[in-house]
Amino acid sequence: MGWAGAALALVTFLAAAGARSAEPRVVKITAKRFSFTPAEVHVKKGEAVVLELTSLDRVHGFNLPAFKVRQDITPKEVTRVTLKPDKEGTFPFHCDVFCGDGHEDMTGTLIVDPA
Amino acid sequence: MKIETDRREFLKLAGLGGGVVFASSLWRDALAGPTDEFHFVQLSDTHWGFEGPPNPDAKGTLPKAIEAVNALSSQPDFVVFTGDLTHTTDDGVKRRDRMKEFRDIAGKLRVKTVRFLPGEHDAGLDKGDAYQENFGATHYTFDHKGVHFIVLDNVSDPGSIVGDAQLKWLADDLAKRKKDSPIAVLTHRPLFDLYPEWDWATKDGAAALALLEPFRHVTVFYGHIHQEHHHTTGHIEHHSAASLIFPLPAPGSAPKRAPLPWDDKQPYRGLAWRDVEAYPAKGTYRLEEKPIKAVWTAPAAKAG
Repeated sequence: MGWAGAALALVTFLAAAGARSAEPRVVKITAKRFSFTPAEVHVKKGEAVVLELTSLDRVHGFNLPAFKVRQDITPKEVTRVTLKPDKEGTFPFHCDVFCGDGHEDMTGTLIVDPA
Repeated sequence: MKIETDRREFLKLAGLGGGVVFASSLWRDALAGPTDEFHFVQLSDTHWGFEGPPNPDAKGTLPKAIEAVNALSSQPDFVVFTGDLTHTTDDGVKRRDRMKEFRDIAGKLRVKTVRFLPGEHDAGLDKGDAYQENFGATHYTFDHKGVHFIVLDNVSDPGSIVGDAQLKWLADDLAKRKKDSPIAVLTHRPLFDLYPEWDWATKDGAAALALLEPFRHVTVFYGHIHQEHHHTTGHIEHHSAASLIFPLPAPGSAPKRAPLPWDDKQPYRGLAWRDVEAYPAKGTYRLEEKPIKAVWTAPAAKAG
Protein backbone atom coordinates (compact mmCIF):
# COMPACT_ATOMS: atom_id res chain seq x y z
CA MET A 1 0.00 0.00 0.00
CA GLY A 2 1.42 3.34 -1.01
CA TRP A 3 1.06 6.65 0.80
CA ALA A 4 -2.07 7.46 -1.18
CA GLY A 5 -3.63 4.13 -0.25
CA ALA A 6 -2.74 4.57 3.40
CA ALA A 7 -4.19 8.06 3.45
CA LEU A 8 -7.42 6.82 1.87
CA ALA A 9 -7.68 4.03 4.43
CA LEU A 10 -7.16 6.51 7.26
CA VAL A 11 -9.87 8.82 5.93
CA THR A 12 -12.24 5.86 5.56
CA PHE A 13 -11.49 4.75 9.13
CA LEU A 14 -12.02 8.24 10.51
CA ALA A 15 -15.25 8.64 8.57
CA ALA A 16 -16.52 5.34 9.90
CA ALA A 17 -15.54 6.31 13.44
CA GLY A 18 -17.22 9.66 12.98
CA ALA A 19 -20.35 7.99 11.72
CA ARG A 20 -20.33 5.68 14.71
CA SER A 21 -19.99 8.55 17.17
CA ALA A 22 -22.92 10.33 15.49
CA GLU A 23 -25.19 7.35 15.98
CA PRO A 24 -27.81 7.83 18.68
CA ARG A 25 -27.12 6.31 22.05
CA VAL A 26 -29.14 3.19 22.72
CA VAL A 27 -31.06 3.01 25.99
CA LYS A 28 -32.47 -0.42 26.78
CA ILE A 29 -35.68 -0.56 28.82
CA THR A 30 -37.22 -3.84 29.90
CA ALA A 31 -40.89 -4.17 30.77
CA LYS A 32 -42.52 -6.85 32.89
CA ARG A 33 -45.50 -6.89 35.17
CA PHE A 34 -45.50 -4.35 36.88
CA SER A 35 -42.31 -2.39 36.35
CA PHE A 36 -39.89 -0.90 33.89
CA THR A 37 -36.16 -1.48 34.29
CA PRO A 38 -34.58 0.96 34.61
CA ALA A 39 -37.43 2.98 35.99
CA GLU A 40 -35.37 6.15 35.75
CA VAL A 41 -33.77 7.06 32.45
CA HIS A 42 -31.40 10.00 31.99
CA VAL A 43 -30.80 11.74 28.66
CA LYS A 44 -29.43 15.12 27.76
CA LYS A 45 -31.43 17.86 26.14
CA GLY A 46 -30.92 17.65 22.39
CA GLU A 47 -29.34 14.22 22.61
CA ALA A 48 -30.66 11.76 20.08
CA VAL A 49 -31.34 8.40 21.70
CA VAL A 50 -32.96 5.18 20.68
CA LEU A 51 -35.10 3.54 23.32
CA GLU A 52 -34.95 -0.22 22.86
CA LEU A 53 -38.04 -1.63 24.52
CA THR A 54 -38.51 -5.31 25.30
CA SER A 55 -41.08 -7.23 27.31
CA LEU A 56 -40.30 -10.29 29.42
CA ASP A 57 -43.86 -11.50 29.79
CA ARG A 58 -46.82 -10.02 27.90
CA VAL A 59 -47.83 -7.07 25.78
CA HIS A 60 -47.25 -3.81 27.56
CA GLY A 61 -47.44 -0.23 26.44
CA PHE A 62 -44.86 2.53 26.65
CA ASN A 63 -46.42 5.95 26.83
CA LEU A 64 -44.39 9.12 27.32
CA PRO A 65 -47.01 11.85 26.89
CA ALA A 66 -44.64 14.83 27.21
CA PHE A 67 -42.97 13.82 23.94
CA LYS A 68 -46.01 12.15 22.37
CA VAL A 69 -44.23 8.81 22.28
CA ARG A 70 -46.26 5.61 22.60
CA GLN A 71 -45.63 2.07 21.47
CA ASP A 72 -46.86 -1.41 22.20
CA ILE A 73 -44.09 -3.63 23.58
CA THR A 74 -44.58 -7.17 22.34
CA PRO A 75 -42.68 -10.13 23.85
CA LYS A 76 -39.86 -11.60 21.74
CA GLU A 77 -39.57 -8.37 19.76
CA VAL A 78 -37.37 -5.34 20.19
CA THR A 79 -39.36 -2.14 19.78
CA ARG A 80 -37.23 0.89 18.94
CA VAL A 81 -38.28 4.47 19.54
CA THR A 82 -36.15 7.45 18.57
CA LEU A 83 -36.20 10.45 20.83
CA LYS A 84 -34.43 13.82 20.83
CA PRO A 85 -35.80 15.74 23.80
CA ASP A 86 -36.05 19.46 23.25
CA LYS A 87 -36.84 20.41 26.84
CA GLU A 88 -35.29 19.74 30.23
CA GLY A 89 -37.18 18.31 33.13
CA THR A 90 -38.68 15.20 34.66
CA PHE A 91 -41.29 13.43 32.59
CA PRO A 92 -43.30 10.37 33.62
CA PHE A 93 -43.91 7.39 31.38
CA HIS A 94 -46.27 4.51 32.02
CA CYS A 95 -47.66 1.26 30.70
CA ASP A 96 -50.92 2.01 28.92
CA VAL A 97 -51.96 -1.55 28.09
CA PHE A 98 -53.90 -2.86 31.06
CA CYS A 99 -51.85 -5.74 32.46
CA GLY A 100 -53.39 -6.68 35.80
CA ASP A 101 -53.43 -5.84 39.49
CA GLY A 102 -50.44 -3.54 39.70
CA HIS A 103 -50.81 -2.00 36.24
CA GLU A 104 -51.26 1.44 37.75
CA ASP A 105 -47.85 1.09 39.43
CA MET A 106 -46.04 0.36 36.18
CA THR A 107 -44.46 3.74 35.69
CA GLY A 108 -41.08 5.32 35.14
CA THR A 109 -39.41 8.67 34.74
CA LEU A 110 -37.42 10.22 31.92
CA ILE A 111 -35.08 12.88 33.24
CA VAL A 112 -33.78 15.27 30.63
CA ASP A 113 -30.61 16.92 31.92
CA PRO A 114 -29.02 20.10 30.57
CA ALA A 115 -26.92 19.53 27.45
CA MET B 1 -69.85 21.12 52.31
CA LYS B 2 -72.38 21.91 49.65
CA ILE B 3 -71.75 24.19 46.74
CA GLU B 4 -74.53 25.50 44.60
CA THR B 5 -73.58 27.39 41.54
CA ASP B 6 -74.97 28.65 38.30
CA ARG B 7 -73.58 27.76 34.90
CA ARG B 8 -71.04 30.59 34.83
CA GLU B 9 -69.68 29.54 38.21
CA PHE B 10 -69.67 25.94 37.05
CA LEU B 11 -67.46 26.81 34.10
CA LYS B 12 -65.06 28.60 36.43
CA LEU B 13 -64.98 25.63 38.77
CA ALA B 14 -64.41 23.28 35.87
CA GLY B 15 -61.15 25.04 35.10
CA LEU B 16 -59.74 24.53 38.57
CA GLY B 17 -57.26 21.77 39.28
CA GLY B 18 -57.67 21.92 43.03
CA GLY B 19 -57.42 19.08 45.49
CA VAL B 20 -59.79 16.22 45.90
CA VAL B 21 -63.23 17.70 46.47
CA PHE B 22 -64.84 15.58 49.08
CA ALA B 23 -68.40 16.74 48.90
CA SER B 24 -70.10 19.24 46.74
CA SER B 25 -72.99 19.64 44.43
CA LEU B 26 -73.43 21.57 41.24
CA TRP B 27 -76.68 23.33 40.61
CA ARG B 28 -77.34 24.14 37.02
CA ASP B 29 -80.55 25.55 35.59
CA ALA B 30 -82.48 24.00 38.39
CA LEU B 31 -85.74 25.58 37.28
CA ALA B 32 -85.41 24.34 33.73
CA GLY B 33 -87.43 21.15 33.52
CA PRO B 34 -91.19 21.51 33.31
CA THR B 35 -92.73 18.08 33.82
CA ASP B 36 -90.44 15.27 32.80
CA GLU B 37 -87.73 15.65 35.40
CA PHE B 38 -86.29 12.55 36.96
CA HIS B 39 -83.25 11.51 38.90
CA PHE B 40 -80.80 8.69 38.72
CA VAL B 41 -77.89 7.58 40.87
CA GLN B 42 -74.31 7.05 39.71
CA LEU B 43 -71.99 4.75 41.64
CA SER B 44 -68.48 4.15 40.43
CA ASP B 45 -65.25 2.27 40.90
CA THR B 46 -66.43 -0.10 43.59
CA HIS B 47 -63.52 -2.53 42.94
CA TRP B 48 -65.28 -5.43 44.62
CA GLY B 49 -62.57 -7.88 45.75
CA PHE B 50 -59.98 -5.24 46.59
CA GLU B 51 -58.20 -5.72 49.89
CA GLY B 52 -55.65 -3.38 51.37
CA PRO B 53 -54.85 -0.53 53.74
CA PRO B 54 -56.45 2.20 51.57
CA ASN B 55 -59.82 0.82 52.64
CA PRO B 56 -59.99 -1.42 55.72
CA ASP B 57 -63.76 -1.62 55.20
CA ALA B 58 -63.56 -2.71 51.57
CA LYS B 59 -66.33 -5.26 52.00
CA GLY B 60 -68.54 -2.82 53.86
CA THR B 61 -68.36 0.33 51.78
CA LEU B 62 -70.47 -0.74 48.80
CA PRO B 63 -73.23 -2.17 51.02
CA LYS B 64 -73.25 1.13 52.93
CA ALA B 65 -73.71 3.04 49.68
CA ILE B 66 -76.54 0.76 48.63
CA GLU B 67 -78.17 1.15 52.01
CA ALA B 68 -77.97 4.94 51.61
CA VAL B 69 -79.49 4.81 48.11
CA ASN B 70 -82.25 2.56 49.40
CA ALA B 71 -82.96 5.08 52.13
CA LEU B 72 -83.67 7.92 49.69
CA SER B 73 -87.21 9.12 50.20
CA SER B 74 -87.56 9.56 46.46
CA GLN B 75 -86.14 6.49 44.77
CA PRO B 76 -84.18 7.14 41.57
CA ASP B 77 -85.56 5.97 38.24
CA PHE B 78 -82.41 3.90 37.78
CA VAL B 79 -78.91 3.35 39.09
CA VAL B 80 -75.79 3.16 36.94
CA PHE B 81 -72.41 1.76 37.93
CA THR B 82 -69.75 3.42 35.78
CA GLY B 83 -67.10 0.72 35.71
CA ASP B 84 -64.49 -1.07 37.77
CA LEU B 85 -67.28 -2.95 39.45
CA THR B 86 -64.71 -5.53 40.49
CA HIS B 87 -61.01 -5.41 41.23
CA THR B 88 -59.00 -7.27 38.62
CA THR B 89 -57.49 -10.69 39.12
CA ASP B 90 -55.53 -13.02 36.83
CA ASP B 91 -57.72 -15.90 37.97
CA GLY B 92 -60.69 -16.15 35.62
CA VAL B 93 -62.72 -18.20 38.11
CA LYS B 94 -62.15 -15.67 40.86
CA ARG B 95 -63.00 -12.84 38.44
CA ARG B 96 -66.36 -14.45 37.73
CA ASP B 97 -66.94 -15.11 41.44
CA ARG B 98 -66.33 -11.46 42.21
CA MET B 99 -68.77 -10.43 39.50
CA LYS B 100 -71.44 -12.76 40.84
CA GLU B 101 -70.92 -11.43 44.36
CA PHE B 102 -71.09 -7.89 43.06
CA ARG B 103 -74.28 -8.65 41.14
CA ASP B 104 -75.85 -10.12 44.28
CA ILE B 105 -74.98 -7.01 46.28
CA ALA B 106 -76.27 -4.68 43.57
CA GLY B 107 -79.43 -6.80 43.57
CA LYS B 108 -80.17 -5.44 47.03
CA LEU B 109 -80.98 -2.04 45.54
CA ARG B 110 -84.66 -1.21 45.88
CA VAL B 111 -84.50 0.18 42.37
CA LYS B 112 -84.74 -2.68 39.95
CA THR B 113 -83.46 -0.87 36.86
CA VAL B 114 -79.71 -1.04 37.25
CA ARG B 115 -77.31 -0.29 34.40
CA PHE B 116 -73.75 -1.49 34.28
CA LEU B 117 -70.69 -0.74 32.22
CA PRO B 118 -67.19 -2.13 32.52
CA GLY B 119 -63.93 -0.63 33.69
CA GLU B 120 -60.53 -2.00 32.72
CA HIS B 121 -60.41 -3.94 35.98
CA ASP B 122 -63.52 -5.83 34.85
CA ALA B 123 -62.73 -6.26 31.18
CA GLY B 124 -59.12 -5.37 30.39
CA LEU B 125 -57.59 -8.82 30.84
CA ASP B 126 -60.10 -10.92 28.89
CA LYS B 127 -61.55 -8.37 26.45
CA GLY B 128 -64.76 -8.31 28.44
CA ASP B 129 -65.63 -12.02 28.29
CA ALA B 130 -66.41 -12.49 32.00
CA TYR B 131 -68.13 -9.11 32.13
CA GLN B 132 -70.46 -9.99 29.26
CA GLU B 133 -71.30 -13.35 30.83
CA ASN B 134 -72.44 -11.56 33.97
CA PHE B 135 -73.72 -8.18 32.84
CA GLY B 136 -74.37 -8.33 29.11
CA ALA B 137 -73.25 -5.95 26.40
CA THR B 138 -70.41 -3.53 27.09
CA HIS B 139 -71.88 -0.79 24.92
CA TYR B 140 -75.55 -0.03 24.32
CA THR B 141 -78.12 2.73 24.39
CA PHE B 142 -81.35 3.33 26.21
CA ASP B 143 -83.86 6.15 26.34
CA HIS B 144 -85.41 7.53 29.46
CA LYS B 145 -87.96 10.35 29.63
CA GLY B 146 -86.51 12.21 26.67
CA VAL B 147 -82.82 11.66 27.35
CA HIS B 148 -80.86 9.40 25.02
CA PHE B 149 -78.26 7.53 27.06
CA ILE B 150 -75.24 6.09 25.28
CA VAL B 151 -73.05 3.63 27.13
CA LEU B 152 -69.55 3.63 25.63
CA ASP B 153 -66.94 0.96 26.29
CA ASN B 154 -63.40 2.35 26.38
CA VAL B 155 -61.83 -0.49 28.36
CA SER B 156 -62.46 -3.90 26.76
CA ASP B 157 -59.63 -3.23 24.38
CA PRO B 158 -56.65 -3.42 26.75
CA GLY B 159 -55.18 -0.38 25.01
CA SER B 160 -58.10 1.63 26.39
CA ILE B 161 -59.71 2.77 23.19
CA VAL B 162 -63.24 3.05 21.92
CA GLY B 163 -62.19 1.45 18.66
CA ASP B 164 -63.25 1.92 15.06
CA ALA B 165 -66.15 -0.53 15.19
CA GLN B 166 -67.74 1.15 18.20
CA LEU B 167 -67.11 4.61 16.74
CA LYS B 168 -69.04 3.55 13.65
CA TRP B 169 -71.80 2.18 15.88
CA LEU B 170 -71.85 5.54 17.69
CA ALA B 171 -72.00 7.48 14.42
CA ASP B 172 -74.87 5.31 13.19
CA ASP B 173 -76.77 5.82 16.43
CA LEU B 174 -76.23 9.58 16.43
CA ALA B 175 -77.41 9.82 12.83
CA LYS B 176 -80.88 8.98 14.13
CA ARG B 177 -80.91 11.82 16.69
CA LYS B 178 -82.00 15.42 16.40
CA LYS B 179 -79.32 17.99 17.06
CA ASP B 180 -81.18 19.33 20.08
CA SER B 181 -81.89 15.92 21.65
CA PRO B 182 -80.51 15.63 25.17
CA ILE B 183 -77.73 13.05 25.12
CA ALA B 184 -75.99 11.60 28.15
CA VAL B 185 -72.89 9.47 27.67
CA LEU B 186 -72.00 6.96 30.35
CA THR B 187 -68.49 5.60 30.22
CA HIS B 188 -65.58 4.63 32.44
CA ARG B 189 -62.54 6.62 31.34
CA PRO B 190 -62.45 10.32 30.52
CA LEU B 191 -63.02 10.89 26.82
CA PHE B 192 -60.79 13.96 26.91
CA ASP B 193 -57.12 14.24 27.88
CA LEU B 194 -57.64 14.91 31.55
CA TYR B 195 -54.12 13.94 32.59
CA PRO B 196 -52.41 11.62 30.09
CA GLU B 197 -49.33 11.36 32.34
CA TRP B 198 -51.46 9.20 34.62
CA ASP B 199 -53.27 7.50 31.77
CA TRP B 200 -56.36 9.55 32.50
CA ALA B 201 -57.50 9.74 28.92
CA THR B 202 -58.93 7.63 26.10
CA LYS B 203 -56.61 7.41 23.13
CA ASP B 204 -59.36 7.88 20.57
CA GLY B 205 -61.71 9.77 22.86
CA ALA B 206 -61.37 12.85 20.65
CA ALA B 207 -62.94 10.91 17.79
CA ALA B 208 -65.97 10.09 19.94
CA LEU B 209 -66.25 13.71 21.07
CA ALA B 210 -66.05 14.90 17.46
CA LEU B 211 -69.08 12.75 16.66
CA LEU B 212 -70.96 14.18 19.67
CA GLU B 213 -69.94 17.79 19.06
CA PRO B 214 -72.79 18.68 16.64
CA PHE B 215 -75.35 17.88 19.33
CA ARG B 216 -76.24 20.81 21.52
CA HIS B 217 -76.95 19.03 24.80
CA VAL B 218 -74.31 16.42 25.57
CA THR B 219 -73.16 15.49 29.05
CA VAL B 220 -70.68 12.76 29.91
CA PHE B 221 -70.74 10.91 33.24
CA TYR B 222 -67.70 8.76 33.94
CA GLY B 223 -65.47 7.31 36.67
CA HIS B 224 -61.91 5.90 36.60
CA ILE B 225 -60.15 8.77 38.39
CA HIS B 226 -61.70 8.06 41.81
CA GLN B 227 -62.74 11.63 42.48
CA GLU B 228 -65.28 14.21 41.49
CA HIS B 229 -64.10 16.30 38.56
CA HIS B 230 -65.85 18.68 36.18
CA HIS B 231 -64.65 19.85 32.81
CA THR B 232 -65.93 21.14 29.51
CA THR B 233 -64.68 20.48 25.99
CA GLY B 234 -66.44 22.91 23.68
CA HIS B 235 -70.02 22.77 24.91
CA ILE B 236 -69.77 19.14 26.14
CA GLU B 237 -69.67 18.73 29.89
CA HIS B 238 -67.78 15.92 31.62
CA HIS B 239 -68.43 14.88 35.21
CA SER B 240 -66.45 12.14 36.92
CA ALA B 241 -67.77 10.55 40.10
CA ALA B 242 -65.95 9.59 43.26
CA SER B 243 -65.02 5.99 43.96
CA LEU B 244 -66.46 3.65 46.56
CA ILE B 245 -63.14 1.99 47.41
CA PHE B 246 -60.40 4.65 47.73
CA PRO B 247 -59.77 8.18 46.49
CA LEU B 248 -56.88 9.11 44.22
CA PRO B 249 -54.96 12.40 44.26
CA ALA B 250 -56.03 15.34 42.14
CA PRO B 251 -54.47 15.17 38.68
CA GLY B 252 -50.74 15.82 38.87
CA SER B 253 -50.84 16.79 42.54
CA ALA B 254 -48.68 13.86 43.68
CA PRO B 255 -45.69 12.03 42.22
CA LYS B 256 -47.86 8.97 41.54
CA ARG B 257 -51.51 8.12 41.17
CA ALA B 258 -51.38 6.10 44.39
CA PRO B 259 -54.47 5.77 46.61
CA LEU B 260 -54.85 8.39 49.29
CA PRO B 261 -54.32 6.71 52.65
CA TRP B 262 -57.24 5.77 54.87
CA ASP B 263 -57.60 8.11 57.82
CA ASP B 264 -59.24 6.66 60.94
CA LYS B 265 -60.11 10.21 61.98
CA GLN B 266 -61.92 10.80 58.68
CA PRO B 267 -63.17 7.35 57.70
CA TYR B 268 -64.55 6.96 54.17
CA ARG B 269 -62.99 10.30 53.24
CA GLY B 270 -63.39 10.90 49.53
CA LEU B 271 -65.78 8.00 49.02
CA ALA B 272 -69.12 9.01 47.64
CA TRP B 273 -71.93 8.32 45.22
CA ARG B 274 -73.84 10.80 43.13
CA ASP B 275 -77.46 11.76 42.76
CA VAL B 276 -78.26 13.29 39.37
CA GLU B 277 -81.44 15.23 38.73
CA ALA B 278 -82.17 15.45 35.02
CA TYR B 279 -84.11 18.21 33.30
CA PRO B 280 -84.58 16.81 29.80
CA ALA B 281 -86.42 19.83 28.44
CA LYS B 282 -83.17 21.77 28.61
CA GLY B 283 -80.73 18.89 28.68
CA THR B 284 -79.39 20.01 32.03
CA TYR B 285 -78.60 18.28 35.30
CA ARG B 286 -78.20 18.95 38.98
CA LEU B 287 -75.46 16.89 40.56
CA GLU B 288 -75.13 16.17 44.22
CA GLU B 289 -72.28 14.17 45.69
CA LYS B 290 -73.30 11.98 48.61
CA PRO B 291 -70.36 11.09 50.85
CA ILE B 292 -70.37 7.77 52.67
CA LYS B 293 -71.28 8.53 56.24
CA ALA B 294 -70.74 5.78 58.75
CA VAL B 295 -69.14 5.11 62.06
CA TRP B 296 -65.81 3.32 61.79
CA THR B 297 -63.89 1.66 64.59
CA ALA B 298 -60.29 0.82 63.84
CA PRO B 299 -59.40 -2.87 64.43
CA ALA B 300 -56.87 -2.02 67.18
CA ALA B 301 -59.51 -0.13 69.09
CA LYS B 302 -61.90 -3.06 68.63
CA ALA B 303 -59.37 -5.42 70.18
CA GLY B 304 -58.86 -3.08 73.11
